[in-house]
Amino acid sequence: MLKIIDLHARVEGEKEVILKGINLEINKGEVHAIMGPNGSGKSTLAKVIAGHPAYEVISGQVLFEGEDILEMDPDERARLGLFLAFQYPVEVPGVSNAMLIREAVNAVRKERGQDEFDPLEFEDFIVDKLKLVEMDEKFLDRSVNAGFSGGEKKRNEILQLAAMEPRLSLLDETDSGLDIDALRIVSEGINSLRTSENSFMLVTHYQRILNYIKPDKVHVLIDGRIAKSGGSELALELEDQGYDWLIKDAHVNGEA
Amino acid sequence: MSRLTEAEAVETAASRKYKYGFTTKMEYEEFPRGLNEDIIREISRRKNEPEWMLEFRLKSFHHWLTMEEPDWPNVHYQKPNYDDIIYYSSPKEKPKKDSLDEVDPDILETYEKLGIPLHEQKMLQNVAVDAVFDSVSVATTFKKKLAEAGVIFCSISEAIQDHPELVKKYMGSVIPTNDNFFAALNSAVFSDGSFCFVPKGVKCPMELSTYFRINNPDSGQFERTLIIAEEGAEVSYLEGCTAPMFDTNQLHAAVVELVALEDADIKYSTVQNWYPGDENGVGGIFNFVTKRGICKGDRAKISWTQVETGSAVTWKYPSVILKGDNSVGEFYSVALTNDYQQADTGTKMIHLGKNTRSTIISKGISAGKSQNSYRGLVKIGKKAHGSRNYSVCDSMLIGSECGAHTFPFIESSNNTSSIEHEATTSKIGEDQIFYLQQRGLDEEQAISLIINGFCKEVFKELPLEFAVEATKLLSIKLEGSVG
Repeated sequence: MLKIIDLHARVEGEKEVILKGINLEINKGEVHAIMGPNGSGKSTLAKVIAGHPAYEVISGQVLFEGEDILEMDPDERARLGLFLAFQYPVEVPGVSNAMLIREAVNAVRKERGQDEFDPLEFEDFIVDKLKLVEMDEKFLDRSVNAGFSGGEKKRNEILQLAAMEPRLSLLDETDSGLDIDALRIVSEGINSLRTSENSFMLVTHYQRILNYIKPDKVHVLIDGRIAKSGGSELALELEDQGYDWLIKDAHVNGEA
Repeated sequence: MSRLTEAEAVETAASRKYKYGFTTKMEYEEFPRGLNEDIIREISRRKNEPEWMLEFRLKSFHHWLTMEEPDWPNVHYQKPNYDDIIYYSSPKEKPKKDSLDEVDPDILETYEKLGIPLHEQKMLQNVAVDAVFDSVSVATTFKKKLAEAGVIFCSISEAIQDHPELVKKYMGSVIPTNDNFFAALNSAVFSDGSFCFVPKGVKCPMELSTYFRINNPDSGQFERTLIIAEEGAEVSYLEGCTAPMFDTNQLHAAVVELVALEDADIKYSTVQNWYPGDENGVGGIFNFVTKRGICKGDRAKISWTQVETGSAVTWKYPSVILKGDNSVGEFYSVALTNDYQQADTGTKMIHLGKNTRSTIISKGISAGKSQNSYRGLVKIGKKAHGSRNYSVCDSMLIGSECGAHTFPFIESSNNTSSIEHEATTSKIGEDQIFYLQQRGLDEEQAISLIINGFCKEVFKELPLEFAVEATKLLSIKLEGSVG
């Protein structure tokens, strides 16, 4: 599904390299968690995969279903089935949620050669998805993320994920800022969307969300490199011991 | 995006920038440059005007001579040399025709290119059009159908000939000849424009529309529009403007007066797309326009909706005098500036009658190196008990080299009235566009969605075809400005 080879990236126009040679492979049907301390490059990795224009790829490849996507615009990547749930979802005043999601869903449907939904068909389609994230229909009429609480914004991201039916979903700290109920709703939403055909990459600082969503693999990102990979038990280990022991290891390896 | 498609995209965007920029080759009746009494007498003579009209012009001219071009707007430009302007320009063919078949085919072709077919049989929409080419009205459509309903819709020149009593009564009654520098100039030299009269109790059976086109590089355009809705009458009027691309500046100083009697309702919509000059700020139209309406009777309503996207410099404040009790004034505006465009636009709501209400929704979008100012006055008079105003002024900035300014003035002499004012400034950013692109929308769709959201409250006031046109226009104007 996703194969990243020796990826180096930095903020456009700046010297400091943030991603310093990432190698990662996510197969169909797998859930991978990317963990790590603040500033280790977790969110950058998600944004670079999605094609955020603020970042510059210095070298390496990102293959999605075997195709190098680094030259593609973000919208082309999205239409191929790559979804990023934002850490800070953006407000778009005056544009209703329903309108955005309908345009998004239709953009994907068009790409897949399916008929676009008219407003009535879309209504039927979206009502089912709303239940998944326990959102009321009036969310559809509100402006995109404008005046939403933190939890509502994150649920709205999952609603969009559910509607667009992506093959690979990148969840950028979707758990941060959520109270326990919202975390449960979001996690259950994600779990119900898991199939043997699609994959997830969960970027998270805390182990907490992994109590709800069981990952197939956990990777720890330290200073722009994957310092350690393992099974879901690695997350628990981190919960107990923190990141310090890995940071020390990384330094030793870096100097060697 | 690969290099090749990027180059193609840039090329497409560049060529779409101002698609109305062509010139029509016409022969013009010669007219000397500059302005003096003789010129004014000559304009009046050629138009075969009655004595009172000439007097009106001369009086205005003498006012104008004593006045100064205003310096207070937040715009900077080389003031026009008023001695070098041609004040009357008309295509050589005899201008006004009884039938469209007699109109110069070149002019008809121009309007076809602009997407405004004047042939009535070709018109799909139920819209009557008056086309003003340079200074002269060349064609008014659907006259018969309107006449059956009792509506008079014709050029102002014809109205002066055929309905002198109405013109004499109302012209200059809302905007006095000495109101301001540009209005005085217009009153002296106005060449043509539209006239509309909707009698008591009549709902105008179709949308009325005027398209203005400046074609001659050396002429000013001074059109004059007068709309009167008698008791209980209703009319919706649309105005569109385009001009060819010249590297000199052309002056457009129009005057529009609206009169709404008791229970009358006038809706006036403008999509202004005069040539804005090139990307370095060379050329473009100086759009110095005075528009004002009066709600003369009780429960009258006047609503201005404007989408201002063109012109090098805009100076324009469509206003409403709320004289009748319970009368309503509305101003919905989207003003977009890009490159070196400058706009100083807004409204005045003058509350005189009791329980009068006004709404101001202004959306300014600035891109490139442009400057965009909202200037508004809400004035509540002593006797305007229980009056209310609600104003929203939102500005959106695209890029870091443009400016947005608001100058709201409030004068209230009545403490039973309420005035609410809200203002926001936002920036359309990379993050917003990236978010929408991540949802599968391409950059153009993303920008157009954001802009539409921002302008929604104004666009919903426009007649449907105009709303679609306005949305497209804004997207084209902003292509390549973000990022």
